Amino acid sequence: MVLIYIDQADQQIKKSSLEAISYGAALAKQLGVSAEGIMLGTVTDDLSSLGKYGLQKLHHVADTSLNHFDTKVFTHVLTDAAKATGATVLVFAHNLNGKAIAPAVAVKLQAGIVTGANSLPNTSNGFTVTKTVFSGKAFAQINIDTPIKVISINQNCFGVQMHDGLATVEALSISIPSSSIKITSTHKVEGDVPLTEANIVVSGGRGLKGPENWGIIEDLAKVLGAATACSRPVSDSDWRPHHEHVGQTGVQVAPNLYIAVGISGAIQHLAGVNRSKTIVVINKDPEAPFFKAADYGIVGDAFEILPVLTAAIQKTKA
Amino acid sequence: MKLLVCISKTPDTTSKIAFTEGNTKFDENGVQWIINPYDEWYSLVRAIEMKEQDPTATIHLITVGEADAEPIIRKALALGGDEAIRVNLQSNDSFVVASQIAAIAKEGAYDLILTGKETIDYNSACIGSMLSGLLDLPFVSLANKMQLNGNTASIQREIEGGEETCELTLPAIVSCQKGMAEQRIPNMRGIMAARTKPLKVVEPIAVQATTSIQAYDLPPAKSGVKLVAADNVEELVRLLKEEAKAF
Repeated sequence: MVLIYIDQADQQIKKSSLEAISYGAALAKQLGVSAEGIMLGTVTDDLSSLGKYGLQKLHHVADTSLNHFDTKVFTHVLTDAAKATGATVLVFAHNLNGKAIAPAVAVKLQAGIVTGANSLPNTSNGFTVTKTVFSGKAFAQINIDTPIKVISINQNCFGVQMHDGLATVEALSISIPSSSIKITSTHKVEGDVPLTEANIVVSGGRGLKGPENWGIIEDLAKVLGAATACSRPVSDSDWRPHHEHVGQTGVQVAPNLYIAVGISGAIQHLAGVNRSKTIVVINKDPEAPFFKAADYGIVGDAFEILPVLTAAIQKTKA
Repeated sequence: MKLLVCISKTPDTTSKIAFTEGNTKFDENGVQWIINPYDEWYSLVRAIEMKEQDPTATIHLITVGEADAEPIIRKALALGGDEAIRVNLQSNDSFVVASQIAAIAKEGAYDLILTGKETIDYNSACIGSMLSGLLDLPFVSLANKMQLNGNTASIQREIEGGEETCELTLPAIVSCQKGMAEQRIPNMRGIMAARTKPLKVVEPIAVQATTSIQAYDLPPAKSGVKLVAADNVEELVRLLKEEAKAF
């Protein structure tokens, strides 16, 4: 049985988990086994409707103490849940929480793990998972050699796929250890689309000349429903907050569309964006290395192009 | 206060990535090796800063690698570790590596074990989480700030769309990322001192690997950028909508 971990934040199921369900359901079909889910804590979403992403059954540990994420507690509960339900493959989203717990759960289950998988495993001769390595500059095909297998999938690599049907929801009773971590404060950037969950990202670089010019980036992001991001020099100069820094040492994103404005495209920046499906580069320097990694480009002045682009997109959406 | 900082050797960010032996082995030819930036800039430097605040603290470094990892560990010592342990083993299996570190960590009774958020070669982000599974210790991932007050750590970590601050009692494991500390460059005194700091080589414990790398591939070359004239922005919108189906 394929057991998919369904992650929540603020009592809402994360988009990356819907993709994990779609992936887990396709994998279950490939293996001829059932696709089941495990959810910890309580959410406001209708759980049986997860069937429309291909989930057949949901095991629900509906204890409100699990609405706060604690690596050690979640590892314990997921390990026991995997044993109780007889899971042979566990699927996680390779998101912040997935990165924190999937390897620990793998250790507890004596399972091999591949994190950051890009596609369904090849099960014709073994169980070989392809993942990105060298910060997106290559792929590795890794075989998991243990009876139980754990996979975490890269965001936006598989997509959310729709099915018909409803999932049966079953309460699962697991003893929950007490948390040794006390959350003292939570700070969320209000109103913005979280960068790692965004479908579209509009990103600005030094070419914008100063923080006072960010309005054109924000306007474009707004009509696209996009998150805003920036290059390292921009966050290092405090033009933009650090959590917007995309690149090797910042946030790594893989949206459907990445629009880079006034960013030259240093190799460290590319390492954070090269898994994006479509890359658009707007830069006045035709020699900017970013054009080599782009799908579409405009050589020209961002201050002239962006308002026109924003208006043109607004027109198609109207 | 005893700190253990995990150090990994990775190819420099600008290295050309190529493979040999029928795409089964990373081509090390001409590769410049560095300390994994997340290990160096964030976890090691934060450990050094904590020792500056509390001179009774000791910093041990650990790396799992063969003799060719020694220049990297010496550089880490030059930045500020007190002593280093090299487990004499080269492995691409995160579980094998984490098990070696766990074996050392058990003996050392460390208060805090620090890792980078991931390595820039295999990008697995596994070691910290695996150590928490192996050692049954609390684990805070993707931390960008950390303050110690006696036996209590206050740690800020990244969550989707924001940050969360939590408190816990040591011992614990923390994976570090940007924000934790600022990059430092070793000075001459540090480089001289590093030559005589203890670097202990220990033989690995026997652990069965859980995964095996079959092959590597390079991504298909981009078919080339489609350039649109600056006065024809509508064409870009049409391409994004109809061809790329981007929105």
